[in-house]
Amino acid sequence: MTEQTDLAPLHGGADPEPIRFLDEAGRYAPTATAEEFAAELEGVGVEDFTQWYRDMVETRAFDDECTALQRQGQLALWVPSVGQEGCQVGLAHATAPQDHIFPAYREHAIAKIRGVPLLGIARNFRGLTHGGWDVTDPANGNFHLYTLVLGAQTQHATGYALGQLLDAKRAAADTAVEPGEAGTATGEATMVFYGDGTSSEGDPNEAMIFAASYQTPEVFVVQNNRWAISVPVTRQSRTPLYRRALGFGIRAVQIDGNDPLAAYAVGRRYLDFARTGEGPGYIEALTYRIGAHTTSDDPTRYREADELETWQRRDPIARLAAHLRTLGVEEPFFEEVREAADRQAKQVRDAILAEPDPEPDSMFAHVYSAPHPRIEEQREWLERYESSFEEADAQESGSTASVERQLPAAAAARGEKQGVAE
Amino acid sequence: MSEIQLLQERTELPLVKAINEGLRAAMAADESVLLMGEDIGPLGGVFRVTDKLQAEFGSARVLDTPLAEAGIIGSAIGLAMRGYRPVVEIQFEGFIFPGFNQIVTQLAKLTNRHEGAIPMPVVIRVPYGGHIGAIEHHQESPESYFAHTPGLRVVSPSTPHDAYWMIQQAIASPDPVLFFEPKSKYWQKGEVDPAAPSAELHRTRLARAGTDCTVVGHGAMVTTLLQAAEIAESEGTSLEIVDLRSLAPVDYEPLLASVRKTGRLVVAQEAQGGASLGSEIAATVAEHAFYSLQAPVLRVSGYDVPFPPARLEGVYLPDADRVLEAVDRTMHY
Repeated sequence: MTEQTDLAPLHGGADPEPIRFLDEAGRYAPTATAEEFAAELEGVGVEDFTQWYRDMVETRAFDDECTALQRQGQLALWVPSVGQEGCQVGLAHATAPQDHIFPAYREHAIAKIRGVPLLGIARNFRGLTHGGWDVTDPANGNFHLYTLVLGAQTQHATGYALGQLLDAKRAAADTAVEPGEAGTATGEATMVFYGDGTSSEGDPNEAMIFAASYQTPEVFVVQNNRWAISVPVTRQSRTPLYRRALGFGIRAVQIDGNDPLAAYAVGRRYLDFARTGEGPGYIEALTYRIGAHTTSDDPTRYREADELETWQRRDPIARLAAHLRTLGVEEPFFEEVREAADRQAKQVRDAILAEPDPEPDSMFAHVYSAPHPRIEEQREWLERYESSFEEADAQESGSTASVERQLPAAAAARGEKQGVAE
Repeated sequence: MSEIQLLQERTELPLVKAINEGLRAAMAADESVLLMGEDIGPLGGVFRVTDKLQAEFGSARVLDTPLAEAGIIGSAIGLAMRGYRPVVEIQFEGFIFPGFNQIVTQLAKLTNRHEGAIPMPVVIRVPYGGHIGAIEHHQESPESYFAHTPGLRVVSPSTPHDAYWMIQQAIASPDPVLFFEPKSKYWQKGEVDPAAPSAELHRTRLARAGTDCTVVGHGAMVTTLLQAAEIAESEGTSLEIVDLRSLAPVDYEPLLASVRKTGRLVVAQEAQGGASLGSEIAATVAEHAFYSLQAPVLRVSGYDVPFPPARLEGVYLPDADRVLEAVDRTMHY
């Protein structure tokens, strides 16, 4: 693994070719840089690839359904992941059940693979919750909540990984964390996701400093999709992003982010390093946001059609489909996957539209874990206020009085006393 | 590691040592308690609050961190998600702002975002306030920013006994607590009784009973208010001094009871007065005790300017005379 820890490129060496196993036509054609990771693909075959393909197509169908729901006014906003499913699916399958995942907010495929119901994500964007799933429920695969303040989750991930490390030390009766010490085997890792735009924030940089300092069992993944809303990655950085990690003393590579095999192989290797005390790693996945940043965005204002078409030809779903065909997978499979994906997307649509709005007093329920007098006071006030409308309604029934604006009972009574008549 | 000796008997201690003993007791009682911060290991923190704790509990429980407040607080959040109870030291109040985003958009909101599934037992210790003749960013009182933020609890002890107990209560809280330490009183001594828990974390303390006017403050200001009460008494005015202790939530019932008795209230704080905790208290008391008030609630605060250079701190910071000036105005309204 000398290539991974050798900082020579920082001193002027050329950037190695991004790691790739599948070329754009879906042929197995590993780059020279991929060879050292090829062992991670041993035992992975067509059955795995068909599952990965299914994951991508189902996520894409869900994604398209959510865009449609937003256009119909049913979601407040939608964040498409179209085009980025390749690296997401490979990395998600590279994780082990005991690992923890800290996403940004565009990691729908990873959520799905770790066990989070896609409906949970839709609930967030419909405005029913700021969360969407219970992170403490093992069924949700240790997939943490989406974080909308860019990069904040990188520090939570590093703290979480530090906790994994401290737990391992405790289990070994080791009471010291010395500056500059080697890593500790933890048997579990943390993987955190962010993007090329976020790489300019302070938080991920501080997170890398802490990760390197404590040798946390952690893998940073930057999905470089080339655009931070309207600003190209060339505005964020003059150096390939993976080189920044090398500067922090963290092993780092660049992969073809639309090749799920590359993501799987490198993800496996880096997670294994993390779990065995070899320290943190950093994967820059070169991909492309084929869709808009969000449904509020209009990429035609800042991107050339040529560029989009180039990347549409590199669509990770098409690439893996082509590869599956080279492995002898036939048309009925693709049709069945398509139909299942559409069926699932329709189920999400039906389910999200049937979700009731949250109860008004739910906004008070979890501000604090322990009782809080101000919260209690305001919750009770709201309850009285709401019920006063019901009382006013009851008093009005049978009356011919026309009241344009409903008044709470108390206010209505006061108006009467003061001779204010509508 | 050196032997851990917990405080056993009533002892006269400076406030800095009382917090140190409180941290020691909390760490001994609960293995999930971790300390994190800059220079808190061999040095014991720039104010020595964590003195000897790393030698006693090991560097895996008293973590000297890289110099980055957002990173410290953000990592503490991740550790809390893992089940730890991190106690973070911010070196001076002015340096909390690089970590402000992690506190306000994450720490304060995460339990709510998780719909209650994950508590956030993180304590952020912040030496704050003036009277130490220091350079810029080392004398300020930013408590109101945090008291304004739902999801946070904000407290500030004024005595060594409260400091010893309140730090343990804050660590036991399942919610994030901003723990503002009056750094100018770090070396002020008082009796600490490890067998007599002080009031609950979010209760006020009656610092001095009186009949003519209620004066409320917290942290270092309480000492100033007690001085003012001495002077007032010699002039024939009886001040009731309420030590707020908890800035969010505020324990209003005892404060309102006091105001209903005296009919007058002066709110004193080192912070600038605009949109401040003092404003909030004045408004709430006016709302709930309007018919008991003999005069408007008055605020005594720092001026609405950046904390001035140290040579002017005596002009900026409310002292006993400024408090008494307000008392005079309310008494003669």
